[in-house]
Amino acid sequence: MIAYIIRRLLYAIPILIGINLLTFTLFFMVNSPDDMARVHLGVKRVTTEAIEAWKTDRGYDKPLLYNYKESGIKSFSNTIFFQHTVRLFVLDFGRADDGRDIGRDIRQRMWPSLAIAVPTFIVGILLNITFAMLLAFFRGTYVDVWGVVLSVAMMSISIMFYIILGQLIMSKLWHLLPISGYDSGLRALKFLILPVIIGVVSGIGAGSRLYRTFYLEEINKDYVRTARAKGLSSLQVLFKHVLRNAMVPILTGVVAIIPLLFMGSLVMESFFGIPGLGSYTIDAINQQDFAIVRAMVFLGSILYIFGLVLTDISYTLVDPRVRLE
Amino acid sequence: MLDFTFKILVTDALLYLLVTAIIIFIVYARKHEHLSAPWRQIKNKKLAMSALVILGFFVITGFLDSVHIRQEIKIDNTSKNQQQVAQYSNEVLSLLDLLLTKMRQQTEKTYSAPFAINSFTKEVADGEQGKPVLYYPRLKYGGAHLQAQDSRIYDIGKRLLWALFWTLSVLVFCILLIAKITDSKNNIENKHINIATRLKNIISGNTNTPWLTILLVMSIPVFFISSIAELGPYYHIMGTDQVGNDVLYKSIKSIRTGLLIGTLTTLIILPFAVVFGITAGYFRGWVDDLIQYIYTTLSSIPSVLLIVAAILSLQVYMTNNPESFATLIDRSDIRLLFLVMILGVTSWTGLCRLLRAETMKLRELDYIQAANSLGVRHRRIMSRHIFPNLMHIVLITVVLDFSGLVLAEAVLSYIGVGVDPTMDSWGNMINGARLEMAREPLVWWNLTAAFVFMFILVLAANIFSDAVRDAFDPRLRKA
Amino acid sequence: MENQANNNLLEVTALKTWIDTEGGIIHAVDGVSFNIRPGETLAILGESGCGKSLTALSILQLIPKPAGRIVSGKVMFSGENLLEKSEQDMREIRGRRIAMIFQEPQSSLNPVMTIGQQIKEVIPDRKNKSSVEINKDIVGLLDSVGMSDSVRRINEYPHQLSGGMKQRAMIAMALASKPDILIADEPTTALDVTIQSQILNLLARLKKENNMSILLITHDLGVVSQMADRVILMYAGEVVEDADAVSFFDAPRHPYAQKLFLSIPDRSKRKKKLDIIPGIVPTYAGDYQGCRFSERCDKAWDLCFQERPQWRAQEKNGVRCHLYNNTLEPQETSDKNIEQGLITADEKQDKAETLLDVKQLKVHFPIHKGIFRRVVGHVKAVDGISLKIGRGRTVAIVGESGCGKTTAGKAILQLIKPSSGEVIYDGARLTKITGEELRQLRKNFQIIFQDPYASLNPRMLVGESIAEGLHALKLESSKAAIQTRVKKLLTQVGMPVDSYGRYPHEFSGGQRQRISIARALAVSPDLIVCDEPTSALDVSVQAQILNLLNDLQNELSLSYLFITHDISVVEYLAHEVAVMYLGRIVEFGTAADILDNPLHPYTQALLSAVPVISKTGNTGYKGDSQVLLAGDIPSPSKPPAGCHFHVRCPQATEICRQQYPAETKTGDSHTVFCHLFESDEQH
Repeated sequence: MIAYIIRRLLYAIPILIGINLLTFTLFFMVNSPDDMARVHLGVKRVTTEAIEAWKTDRGYDKPLLYNYKESGIKSFSNTIFFQHTVRLFVLDFGRADDGRDIGRDIRQRMWPSLAIAVPTFIVGILLNITFAMLLAFFRGTYVDVWGVVLSVAMMSISIMFYIILGQLIMSKLWHLLPISGYDSGLRALKFLILPVIIGVVSGIGAGSRLYRTFYLEEINKDYVRTARAKGLSSLQVLFKHVLRNAMVPILTGVVAIIPLLFMGSLVMESFFGIPGLGSYTIDAINQQDFAIVRAMVFLGSILYIFGLVLTDISYTLVDPRVRLE
Repeated sequence: MLDFTFKILVTDALLYLLVTAIIIFIVYARKHEHLSAPWRQIKNKKLAMSALVILGFFVITGFLDSVHIRQEIKIDNTSKNQQQVAQYSNEVLSLLDLLLTKMRQQTEKTYSAPFAINSFTKEVADGEQGKPVLYYPRLKYGGAHLQAQDSRIYDIGKRLLWALFWTLSVLVFCILLIAKITDSKNNIENKHINIATRLKNIISGNTNTPWLTILLVMSIPVFFISSIAELGPYYHIMGTDQVGNDVLYKSIKSIRTGLLIGTLTTLIILPFAVVFGITAGYFRGWVDDLIQYIYTTLSSIPSVLLIVAAILSLQVYMTNNPESFATLIDRSDIRLLFLVMILGVTSWTGLCRLLRAETMKLRELDYIQAANSLGVRHRRIMSRHIFPNLMHIVLITVVLDFSGLVLAEAVLSYIGVGVDPTMDSWGNMINGARLEMAREPLVWWNLTAAFVFMFILVLAANIFSDAVRDAFDPRLRKA
Repeated sequence: MENQANNNLLEVTALKTWIDTEGGIIHAVDGVSFNIRPGETLAILGESGCGKSLTALSILQLIPKPAGRIVSGKVMFSGENLLEKSEQDMREIRGRRIAMIFQEPQSSLNPVMTIGQQIKEVIPDRKNKSSVEINKDIVGLLDSVGMSDSVRRINEYPHQLSGGMKQRAMIAMALASKPDILIADEPTTALDVTIQSQILNLLARLKKENNMSILLITHDLGVVSQMADRVILMYAGEVVEDADAVSFFDAPRHPYAQKLFLSIPDRSKRKKKLDIIPGIVPTYAGDYQGCRFSERCDKAWDLCFQERPQWRAQEKNGVRCHLYNNTLEPQETSDKNIEQGLITADEKQDKAETLLDVKQLKVHFPIHKGIFRRVVGHVKAVDGISLKIGRGRTVAIVGESGCGKTTAGKAILQLIKPSSGEVIYDGARLTKITGEELRQLRKNFQIIFQDPYASLNPRMLVGESIAEGLHALKLESSKAAIQTRVKKLLTQVGMPVDSYGRYPHEFSGGQRQRISIARALAVSPDLIVCDEPTSALDVSVQAQILNLLNDLQNELSLSYLFITHDISVVEYLAHEVAVMYLGRIVEFGTAADILDNPLHPYTQALLSAVPVISKTGNTGYKGDSQVLLAGDIPSPSKPPAGCHFHVRCPQATEICRQQYPAETKTGDSHTVFCHLFESDEQH
């Protein structure tokens, strides 16, 4: 298993290089270092020297992908791409266009993101599993039929409506919770309740409907018949036999997104004014700060790949049939 | 001589292509039992058919909005220039715009509530003694035909009754039409019967295809449309927005955006996903490794961020090269196209992976082995044996993806990487409505309109896609 | 029936179970009655879809809901009607008084729970027992079903056990509460024949020890013969005959039963046409007017088509057929004797020219491991087999699952690339030829597969499927010519010409197999590899296909490489037989050599494991004459050192553990790889 994990992690390297190449190309296809310098220096003070100085200062004075002047390995390494990419691999995200340290920003803003994402995630999963189990238990009855209809209706509503309506009702009409904002320490709690509730509610429709299909798929299997033939009750069958098997697809789907919780939710955080990584990204988008966007892309990709490895490991934990080789 | 010229936007052209593809698919499916049988099953389901009817109205609206023209500018004949060179307006209009000309042109100054005749905000005017007074001025268009003593409710009621009349007429016409054209297969007893009995069967719901349900569901949008025709020119049914545009008009215009994003994305991804998925799964080896590398890389990037990065690049490009985009509409069209493409890039990997896995299962099946032993060539095996057996997966994915993409548009527009801010879209409407929620009194109609339209479209799409999946997925059919 | 009532443990009366489908209601079980007495093994015999499994599931109210429902009937068990019991009360019966085991031990065990956990759930009175006691109980149970290493097995998951071991675990679970009745639903169908005989012997032993009754559901006459005290034969949802085993096997009454016996291939029918039951097994939809078997019965007369026959019973035995009166004497003896068409192929043609020559063929699949996926070993699926097939001859490869016989077949046809060795077809070295040249040669050798449902593309018309080879190899030029050719082929394999424009799903398994044969024949091959072509089919349909293959061989002088695990099929049609074990051929010879004089201990065990249909019925233990093989088939990735078979071989000696035996010729046509015979030659 160790060998398998190491292999997966090694495989991540070419993927991360590919990702960087992609974002890099995407950006420099439309933008030259000169353009960047001009935008940042402002229109007035643009002189050739100033541009050159700006470029040298930030390491943009080298060729993009291939350095004809150098030979051997250096023709690849002494380039903008290499210099900027290699640093990402040691998680040095460099500086934003306005000079702030991106790495420090990320470390700082990670916590508010987690403060919302983790409770939303945990409560959401538990509720989804419970509702799905209820639907599966009452399968074929009206509870199931209307439950599914409700789920479909709920998943047809955009998350933005949940947020706006939630804010309108809970904060503006009933004055129960603050509309938006954030505070440090425990005082943050009252700011967290609304986003968490909305996050959970908006996910219930899709989640419980999906998990219901997992249960139903298991319920039709032969081992369930065996369990019934042994004289177990429907509840015992559902909890002891079906649940454990249905947990395999549920858990593996869930584990993949755990690392991505760090990234926060763009929409949630910006609506509720949470100073997390999601709103960080949105700010960067609005300021067209490419350095931050690229850093977030890289971070997101690493977390995604990490999630995949975690998924594989979690398979071995919940499903004894799976062995990583 | 025509007094207009067609203007085909890139997205229009793609939409025409898509419609052609769908027609070809239908013709193909009719000839192939494995594709037409599940459709026949769907045809008999009430909920699915209701959803399909609703979707149909959305599609027709979107299509009307995708036929663009430029009207001829009338040049005064008395001018010295005798040469008749047709001059066309720079304003690009769609057929839908022409149908809704009044709603499009009757813009107020700013907000007004649904069916309002007075403005939403107070204005200062000189009072009788020259003192400034605050009052709610009459709207320029909304209810402008009403005299002071006329009752607004009465007027609206009268017009709604007319709308009801039109709806019933359409309904009766449709019942007669269906009774005329449906053949004997459509009644449960499967006998040849005369038109009167067929009529009775339709009305009593005694048909295989649930015509009664379809007609009842259909009457809702029909009534809605006739109400617009009756009321639209005289009132702002859903009020106006900050700059005085009719909200209902904007909501209707947004249908095209939603539909295009939901459908064109899949049109763009399909060839890639199918070709890559099948070749990877069939040939294995280095081809598989390469394709897997490509899609793992693409799917590793959180899709929102990839879209962000791509749109950001486009924006930079657009600011740097303003000359490439002649008109505003071209500009927003290119942005829409780009968005659709990048959405495609982020979503093809899922389908590709699915097809690859399925192909790997199929290629081990006996009939593929038999084809191999008969000396059938690889290309033919892939096209004749593998692809037709994956068709249902492709179809299910396309239909399932649609609603997700429509929802995604709203979020992306909010983040600022969706469609062009000047383009009508529900996402832009919601984004704008966000601040309106903080106003006192509440400006609720913008959000509500966007919500209702979007919810109905997505719900219909979800219900329909469920039915499609149930009908096409043999695994589910067993259960 | 009624006078025995007091003695009966379970009485099923007029049971009806229907299933709702989109196509309408299926009368799957339509008025079934039978009794089980204490300590008796009752076999329900029938072909697929006759309702035998649903009958058993209905007894325990386990039919799949909501599609299935028990419409009427009574199931009396210790004075109570089980069908009237609530789900709650049924739980007291299920697993405790009546236990059940299923066909697929693989899917019938919960994959994410250990064997111990699953057995623990049925340990009686477990709330008052300590975990040590419970563990002891579990080990005791596992020991009683002959599970090796029982202490370790408790913590193992189902996938870690072999098929036979899984079935033992299922049986252990069923026995935990010492039930009065064990319902065994095709308990050995998914198992290899040597494992099957282990399980059947185990069941027979447990029945004796615990004085329990067994309701054995099976399609296999051999299994019935070995196990049953009584037999009920089902057809299309009805019981058509109920008899004690001795009289059933001695003189079956119902024409269907008689036909079943005649359609089973065996040596005595060699070179004769098998007596077939025409038509297909009905799918019991819809209503029947007359006798359900009438359409396939060659003794049927007008009455049979018009009126449902009454149940005629005398003492314990009964039959549902118009041929019998109340005393079970045949009313009409117009037994049209079917002329048993002799197949004309002459046995003497032994020195046929060699069509296919396989030399030291190996197929090794690499096993990758470690960070860089280095190859650390090979699964030696086929490990150096050599054989020759003469023109117009049938060579059978016999072996159990995992012995590599299917891989060998595919490798010979170059559908899997062999790792080494040579395949020479009519002078052409197939292993050296690739690409276009090989493609052109493909018309000479074709393959027919086991699973009739996977062997035809569901998206292609039957005609298109058959024509595919003609297109690909450009054997016919015009469309019209192709169509004519395909229609001729359809007629040749006994299919109606209008099948051309229909899709495979409209046909039954046997019909699809005919279509597959037509597809193979389309390119006029000389050699056809038949990969278990009949093992997925019912006995009555199997006979049709075997007859067809025999006819085609005579007509077109085809050569067959017949891959099978079924000894009776081998006995019926093979000229030469190769017995495979773990990737290698252990014995090769003419059919007579192998079947009359098996030398290799494995061949002997294989032959003796096959349940024999005996006229006296219930053979139970076969006693000393049976070579009962212990243990499971080892994995081909790690075959035992020395002779692969030595771990299971009752006659293994020291040398067997050390080196693989060399080829020993014991006759003109007979070779064997066994140390037992080597010494004779050398000294």
